[in-house]
Amino acid sequence: MISLTRRYRFPAAHVLRRGDWSEDENVRVYGKCAHRNGHGHDYGIELTVTGPLDPTSGRVLDPARLDALVRERVLERFSHRMLNEDPLFERLVPTAENLALAIQRELAEPLARAGTARLLNVRVVETPRNTFDTGEPR
Amino acid sequence: MSGPTPAKVRLTRAVEFSASLRYWRPELPAAENERLFGRCASRHGHNYRLEVTLCGEPDPASGMVLDLKELKDLLEREVVARFDHRDLNADTPFFEKLPPTPEHFALVLFRLLRAALPAGLLERVRLHEDADTFADVIEDAGAP
Repeated sequence: MISLTRRYRFPAAHVLRRGDWSEDENVRVYGKCAHRNGHGHDYGIELTVTGPLDPTSGRVLDPARLDALVRERVLERFSHRMLNEDPLFERLVPTAENLALAIQRELAEPLARAGTARLLNVRVVETPRNTFDTGEPR
Repeated sequence: MSGPTPAKVRLTRAVEFSASLRYWRPELPAAENERLFGRCASRHGHNYRLEVTLCGEPDPASGMVLDLKELKDLLEREVVARFDHRDLNADTPFFEKLPPTPEHFALVLFRLLRAALPAGLLERVRLHEDADTFADVIEDAGAP
């Protein structure tokens, strides 16, 4: 199996808290991430696509297409934004897990439509110590 | 009584090399190459980093999947000697039909290493083209 992985990054703010929980419950579950005024990260996103090598270009996917899709669906949406204000996170806490799954959902279908490549993994690097993957271990 | 079931272990060794290249299909006119491959149709270069992962049972006597010195020499011979400070298009025979995209180059490296290593050991090659791009080739049922 041949795959291609590209890294992107964007800074964004978020806060981990639920409106239907008490302050104590939020702090008990989310700790300092529940701090009322929010905080932020330089998110790293690594996208892995797999598929056959195109016999003309020698690529599984034109990286310019992937870049354009990521720009449109992820970077313009989340970069320099408060994640909690995005409609995706209206009823979903913007943990890195939920962010990774949201990006997976945003990209999988348009990528499948773009050609023969499919999205194998979304990795969210929230901090240098915390990394989240949606796909199988590789 | 038999001993414990031998456990497999993964071993990864990295090697770095630098090369020049362009995406170019010699049978096509220049304008067509430029249309197909954009900026990559111009001569450029990369500092490549190749990570080679072997998976196997450690030898019961030596405790090693493969002697690291042997692996180092093999990577020197198969990869560094062929590609380091070379032009991928002019100095190697691998890119006349398909350009040296990271995916295709990783596949070329995978095939060279699979042929050079003891059978069944090579699991994956990961070729980093720059800080933001890498390609993997993994041994699987539909192996190329």
